[in-house]
Amino acid sequence: MTAALRFDPIRLPEKCEQLRKEVRAFLAEEMARGTFNPFKPNREDTDVPEFCRRVGERGWIGMTWPKKYGGQERSFLERYVVTEEMRVANAPTRRFFVADRQSGPVLLKYAPEHIKMDILPRICRGEICFAIGMSEPNSGSDLFAAKTRATKTDGGYLINGTKIWTSSAHIADYMIAIFRTSPPTKENRRHGLTQFLVKMKQPGIKVNPIGQITGQYEFNEVVFTDFFVPDDHVLGEVDGAWKQATSELAYERSGPERFLETYYVLTELVRAVGANPDTRSAEGIGRLVAQLHTMRRMSVSVAGMLQAGKEPVVEASIVKDIGTVWEQQLPHRVRDLAAFVEETASNRETLERQLDFAIKTAPKLTIQGGTTEVLRGIIARGLGLR
Amino acid sequence: MAESDNIVVETAEKIFADLADPQTINNDKKGSWQAPLWQALSEAGLPLSWVPDDLGGSGASLADGFALLNAAGRFAVAVPLAETMLAGWLLAQARIASPEGEMTVVPASPKDRITVDADGALSGRCRGVPFAKAAKHFAVLAHGKDGVSIALVDASKGRIESGLNVGYDHSDTVTLDKAQPVAVKAAPDGVDQTTLMLMGGVARSLQIAGALESMLDISVRYSNERIAFEKKISKFQAVQHNLARLAGESAAALAAATSAADAIANAKKFDDEVYLEAAAAKIRCAEAAEKGGGIAHQVHGAIGFTIEHILHRYSLRALAWRDDFGSESYWAVELGKLVAVRGADQLWPLVASR
Repeated sequence: MTAALRFDPIRLPEKCEQLRKEVRAFLAEEMARGTFNPFKPNREDTDVPEFCRRVGERGWIGMTWPKKYGGQERSFLERYVVTEEMRVANAPTRRFFVADRQSGPVLLKYAPEHIKMDILPRICRGEICFAIGMSEPNSGSDLFAAKTRATKTDGGYLINGTKIWTSSAHIADYMIAIFRTSPPTKENRRHGLTQFLVKMKQPGIKVNPIGQITGQYEFNEVVFTDFFVPDDHVLGEVDGAWKQATSELAYERSGPERFLETYYVLTELVRAVGANPDTRSAEGIGRLVAQLHTMRRMSVSVAGMLQAGKEPVVEASIVKDIGTVWEQQLPHRVRDLAAFVEETASNRETLERQLDFAIKTAPKLTIQGGTTEVLRGIIARGLGLR
Repeated sequence: MAESDNIVVETAEKIFADLADPQTINNDKKGSWQAPLWQALSEAGLPLSWVPDDLGGSGASLADGFALLNAAGRFAVAVPLAETMLAGWLLAQARIASPEGEMTVVPASPKDRITVDADGALSGRCRGVPFAKAAKHFAVLAHGKDGVSIALVDASKGRIESGLNVGYDHSDTVTLDKAQPVAVKAAPDGVDQTTLMLMGGVARSLQIAGALESMLDISVRYSNERIAFEKKISKFQAVQHNLARLAGESAAALAAATSAADAIANAKKFDDEVYLEAAAAKIRCAEAAEKGGGIAHQVHGAIGFTIEHILHRYSLRALAWRDDFGSESYWAVELGKLVAVRGADQLWPLVASR
């Protein structure tokens, strides 16, 4: 066989089911409290610090991390369940999710001890927000092309340049960013990039908002002008960030958030169609549910591999490719199937409002976190084609 | 799928490698490979994997049998292995011993019905029965006044109209007209036509997933051999992206099929959650057969369209297997109805049930 792609039928252990009930009950309480409205996706209230703190109190941020840093030392499969339930409920997780998924694990691996002791417990308590500084104007997916410079100075580095498409930079307390510390070499185009922990809200950083076609505000341009980063904020190896950045990607690429972002329109379609669907609606729903179920099985399978300490880079890329293409098409399929829902259906208005937002969201889904083209390149490499 | 550590699968793979090499089979226009292959499989006890020892079988677990079917798909084996296994399984549900030789199950479509009279005679017409012409016996699921029965019928008691599916394998119409069975017994609770169709559907899903694994394998290999515009076609980004999509379809099929097999192997009964697994596998694997098979042919260009090349052994069979035991459109409608009846708020709990 060319490629031994494995998606073993991993099952979630019993304690995950107990946890799932707890998360569902918590989210129901939050909805009752009016923290968020899952039926109003075009909301302006996505940044809800109190909600984050309450999630932190439950121990659901940094769940897999060591206890001495505020974590719970729970399994990836338990974390999986929490992510899944938050996503399906449309909960406002934006403020803590990046730190939970990516920034925290990077710090755990590469930050000096005093920084871990300072920052990780605060992440776990839901108090701080992270942004990721990868893309730059004219670089985007081509990380090698990053130009923002970190120049060595006394006790640290001076940063000059611009990051772009930086989600949540306007509310973030920290950013983990990649800056250029040396030029690439002829032999190694990947050489010369270093990962830094950046404390936001300091002089020398300017955050400029960029509007999105959904009407929401999430993206920013972040301009650094002689911004100082101390030496102990270098994460990992100087000039060696490429490998660090890519090894984290399996976590970013295979989770439930990679196929559930527009899931709410499917629920609302089922609600609007009612208990006696016509054949066309039934078939459409059946296919979508079969596809959803299959992706979830693949995603759970990758979570099981991560739990087992493997690095399923190709499998994770496959899940993200199929998952994001699916969640991108979903609003359009639902729109198609909703064409014959009774005009008088009481929830039709909700469905239409959800669809409006999901259709506007859809174009970004195959771009964020590694474009489809980049992912297919990684899969092709795994197949031995390059 | 990686090399198996499963003794049933290992045995089967060795037999397939020795006696069912796709290239050799493809060159053998007379079908003289079939008898030795069937004999070797029978001697290893594989066709009756799912029949307990005391009923004449080899008593392998459901899980091992499903893994065997996936391996059979990887070799696009065109002998009634899956059909005989399903027949043996069905008969064993009613504690009817399995005879030797090829068998198949009747009906093979959720819409067809066999009825059983008060005196046990069977009647009905069923289309698309795989390998009916090659079968010595039928395992029949029949409906009567007292509920569902399972019967063993000598194939000579039925009228068979030959047909071929799109993969050039036998897919026949079987008519029973007051046929007297060798044995007939009441089906146990929980075994009905839907159960049989879901079992058959999962068997086909595993075969389709296996065929897709092989299609990916030979397509990658071909792309690394074929030179066009002065380079290997595997170096063209468009080809790489197509193969990445084929890998995705193959992986999705394998994940859906093995998950469903695992669910059935560990289930106490066919509840909604198992139904979701089995129906979803058939739907998704059929979709993967269409998309993945299309890409495999695209990568191969004109050579893959020839009867000399082995690609069609996998691609056409994967397409044909979509039709047996309920097509993807059939199961999609049924699954959609199930979801609708349970209601919107129960959709996620169903999907996230395990």
